[in-house]
Amino acid sequence: MGSNQIMFILFSVMIVVFSILTVTSRRILRAATFLLFVLVSTSGLYFMLNYQFMAAVQLTLYAGGIVVLIIFSILLTSHINQKFEEPGNKKIIFSAIASITGALLSILTILDFKFSATTQAAQEVNMRLIGKSLMSVEYDGYILPFEVISILLLAAMIASIVVAKKSGPRTDTQTLKQE
Amino acid sequence: MNAGIPLEYFLILATIMFFVGIYGFLTRRNLITILMSVELILNSVNINFLAFNRFLFPHKLEGFFFSLFVIAVAASEAAVAIAIIINIYRRFTTINVEDVNEMKF
Repeated sequence: MGSNQIMFILFSVMIVVFSILTVTSRRILRAATFLLFVLVSTSGLYFMLNYQFMAAVQLTLYAGGIVVLIIFSILLTSHINQKFEEPGNKKIIFSAIASITGALLSILTILDFKFSATTQAAQEVNMRLIGKSLMSVEYDGYILPFEVISILLLAAMIASIVVAKKSGPRTDTQTLKQE
Repeated sequence: MNAGIPLEYFLILATIMFFVGIYGFLTRRNLITILMSVELILNSVNINFLAFNRFLFPHKLEGFFFSLFVIAVAASEAAVAIAIIINIYRRFTTINVEDVNEMKF
């Protein structure tokens, strides 16, 4: 057994165990910490696939950004020592049946399917290539989704500011209407 | 780096992660934990895209850029969802989905 197989087994066991703990833990801050472990092990898998840029994005954006955002909102909305009540037994049983059936079906389909790999030589993914593809208007370019995602990010930023903004006791239009 | 590990192992790992996320989405009642389950689901899909790209189409970059854009969408989704959750908490003083059953009053 090679070292990369040992690493793969380590990362997979961490991902499976910590994902199950994320959805079953009864303390919400612990659930967020387990989610952080899942995301960090996923970035390890990306390193194993030789996508270093993707692993760095995963570490900074997911593990660094989204988890911190989630932990901030947990601290704003719940008590740290508060424990959830258990969901009902019926709910647990039916959800477990649904997920296990789905997982078994998908795994059987995956094992049954014959994936045929290409014979073309692998391409090295470096920063220069990524930047050129993102900016290119050629056949292999991704300039359109890049622009669309920038507009989406701007819209999400404005929307979250507008939604979370504290609305005053009475705005100008409301006072005008009452007068 | 990925020698000796078949593609199927990555896909099975992503499948297990996806359905654990589905289980959490169905059983959780707190809005933030539901959001965390959605993040698990999106993350498992990213593993799938990158594994397919590396094993089946190593001369192209399509799966790579798809998962990059999925991460951007997940980030903006989390920002908007947390803004909405904080607004709900301000109005109802709870973020339990079963207690938040009025849209406007």
